[in-house]
Amino acid sequence: MAKKAQKPSKLDRNRPTSMPLLDVRDLTVEFATRRGTVTAVKNINLTLAKGETLGIVGESGSGKSVTSYAVMRILDRAGSIAEGSVVFSGLDLRTAPESDMRDLRGREMSMIFQSPRLALNPIRKVGHQIEDVLLQHAQVDSDAVSERAIEVLEQVRIARPRERYHAYPFELSGGMCQRVVIALALACRPQLLIADEPTTGLDVTTQKAVMDLVVELTRERGMSTILITHDLGLAAAYCDRVVVMEKGHIVETAQSSAIFKKPEHAYTRKLMRATPRPGVTLRDLLPEGESARPKAVAKTAEAKAPAKKVKGVETPLLVIEKLVKEYPRQGGAASLAKIFAPKPAVQPDMFRAVDGISFTIARGESVGLVGESGCGKSTTSMMVMRLIDKSDGLIMFDGEDIGAIPARSFARLPLRKRIQMVFQDPTDSLNPRFTAARAIADPLLQLGGIPRDEVRGRCEALATQVGLPLNLLDRFPHQMSGGQKARVGIARAIALNPDLIILDEPTAALDVSVQAVVLNLLQDLKDSLGMSYLFVSHDLNVVSMLCDRVIVMQTGKIVEQGPTEQVMVAPQASYTRDLLAAIPHPPL
Amino acid sequence: MNENISTTPVAAAAPKPENNSIFRHARYVVAENPVTGLAFGLFILIALCALIGPYIVPHDPLASDTTATLHAPSLKHWFGTDQLGRDIFSRVVVATRLDFIIAIASVALVFALGGFAGIASGFFGGWTDRIVGRISDTIMAFPLFVLAMGIVAALGNTVTNIVIATAVVNFPLYVRVARAEANIRREAGFVQAARLSGNGDMRILLAHILPNIMPIMMVQISLTMGYAILNAAGLSFIGLGVRPPTPEWGIMVAEGAANIISGEWWIALFPGAALMIAVFCFNLLGDGLRDLVDPQRRT
Repeated sequence: MAKKAQKPSKLDRNRPTSMPLLDVRDLTVEFATRRGTVTAVKNINLTLAKGETLGIVGESGSGKSVTSYAVMRILDRAGSIAEGSVVFSGLDLRTAPESDMRDLRGREMSMIFQSPRLALNPIRKVGHQIEDVLLQHAQVDSDAVSERAIEVLEQVRIARPRERYHAYPFELSGGMCQRVVIALALACRPQLLIADEPTTGLDVTTQKAVMDLVVELTRERGMSTILITHDLGLAAAYCDRVVVMEKGHIVETAQSSAIFKKPEHAYTRKLMRATPRPGVTLRDLLPEGESARPKAVAKTAEAKAPAKKVKGVETPLLVIEKLVKEYPRQGGAASLAKIFAPKPAVQPDMFRAVDGISFTIARGESVGLVGESGCGKSTTSMMVMRLIDKSDGLIMFDGEDIGAIPARSFARLPLRKRIQMVFQDPTDSLNPRFTAARAIADPLLQLGGIPRDEVRGRCEALATQVGLPLNLLDRFPHQMSGGQKARVGIARAIALNPDLIILDEPTAALDVSVQAVVLNLLQDLKDSLGMSYLFVSHDLNVVSMLCDRVIVMQTGKIVEQGPTEQVMVAPQASYTRDLLAAIPHPPL
Repeated sequence: MNENISTTPVAAAAPKPENNSIFRHARYVVAENPVTGLAFGLFILIALCALIGPYIVPHDPLASDTTATLHAPSLKHWFGTDQLGRDIFSRVVVATRLDFIIAIASVALVFALGGFAGIASGFFGGWTDRIVGRISDTIMAFPLFVLAMGIVAALGNTVTNIVIATAVVNFPLYVRVARAEANIRREAGFVQAARLSGNGDMRILLAHILPNIMPIMMVQISLTMGYAILNAAGLSFIGLGVRPPTPEWGIMVAEGAANIISGEWWIALFPGAALMIAVFCFNLLGDGLRDLVDPQRRT
């Protein structure tokens, strides 16, 4: 049974090309859970021609990943294909024995996973990991294998492949790791490549590089590719056809050139509307008919907005001057050298995460801080937040030098009330043991100075303000959806009526339709409460919709700042132009 | 059993799942692994013996009866009598309370000290971590039972000192678990958020981090309970613990050991069996609790 490679496989590579490479008919996947059987995917029909790129788009829970797992037959123990057939190159994958599947996976069909770092073995050199795949499928002799591995690394455009062959995954950047994963997947020249959110968690410029590479290799080798993504824009920009999934069903299949022009299904339209893109306002992101702002917010708007504006005696709320954060550079070799070399280091080896940046935020203004990972934007926001201490420079908040106060003692000061933050990951930022009400009440109890018996009432008012149903207040984080958790986080941040809120990629972990709602909520709250926002993000599209001004950071320095319009339309710095160019441009 | 799993949860998935979810989950764990159910049953039995044992036993555990020495198990003396004619069944049951108290007291002590030291060292890092780490390394450098013997021998032969010795010996285990769990949560978003809400370090430690690592600590508590009982009995066995004639499993095994050779096996066997069951029960309970609290199994 175990027919080892080299021998021609059961698959006939020279079949007429008119037949699809992959034919999925009436696929239904079920999961046995404690609460009974859950149908993750129902009656899916998919075909993929040779050399075609197909995008599967949907929000979390739509069953797009499950579909691909079913094709590869790598569903976890609880999942099973209940109905339908999966025919790959004339072979029925549903009934194929496991030994055949093992042989197919990696050689005929490969997969790229979401997190490149998790997909690589952290304690093996990347070159050896590629050799494993090559040897497993007996693609080359063992004496030629290392040369072949280097060749494969070269093909995915890794610079200096001979050196990188000896690198461990942690020595490579996220984009490099994803290239290695692609190299692994393509090492045996498969006919089908499934890419499951291959660029989530990567920067836009890296995303562009990785996607360009995938598309190029696909074309070069005549492979077929399935791209699974939540980003309709990405799918439309890189795929021939797009399949839109919702709750385990396929709601629409269309040519990607057509899907943005005339989406047929209401869900596709909703997804499309919610995708941030140039030239639209925040309100445009909401589904038709929901553009009106929530009543509760509108009411408070008239009551509160003017009150705060009066305070503003045209001094900026926040002034940052020549802010610097240095970290000691850590490295095994460096510290060893320090021990063995008796002479004192002439200059302490410091790494400047933030390198002398200056900017201001006016009252009621929202400023976007944009840059790729590692550019120092998070470090900046942590310093402004007074969670970490600065190395040098000035942080003036409302005329007070808050940079001089050590982060440790800042927590108990009354000033703490006035600077709050909405975190990136709504799940991670809520204590799993606290109910929503307890989470919102925490700042009120610690700093609010509100009598205990009034706290509940205040929580309910805040929940109403952020549009959180009151019956959810007694739920724990794991009993709420991502959007609901985001609302709890926002309610907690506005609980003390702060002057400045730092939004640290508040929508990065959310689906586009939820993102649209949350962004609109943030805009409404700003209008009604008159707060200032510092919006930290890597997504220029999102930033441009919410912010008056944009600051672009690169390697610790500000390369450009100016009004949003100007930065988006006529960027000055070449880096800003690169960032703008890297945003996927769906065919419109 | 299988039918239970598939039908009851569906029926119970009412609009308000949060109220009974712990019980439902417990029922699921027990149904899936009957050994855990057995362990819970044994635990209840042991707890009952400790609570009401002294009031229900048929004989006075201290009263010697020279007319009935070394009687084999019979209807009158279920587990037989020892060389002084004391009823072994009564002594075994009454001893439960003392062994239980020693175990609970020492585990509570080590949980408070080791747990706190561990959380603090994981959360603060730096010098706190170094000092706590070296203390527990020092303790780990000794064979644990020899260390316990040394402590009791040095401090004196009392129940309090047995409790202290057992706690000291378990200290590194608690420190390590608590340290690891606190360390991974140190930079968590909810800890940062707690800082923004104006919580000081101590409040974050006790009100935010501690509740999150309690489930894992509960497992640790259950696992070390068994060890604490064994340790206490071991110290008594070699004469460094509770003194005769107090009923205690370790002493009773020691007293009976000499008689096994002459055929009176019951004197050592029954307290030994009680000891074994108790340790067994706590270890199984620990495994069961781990299933109960492990989020991996909770989906």
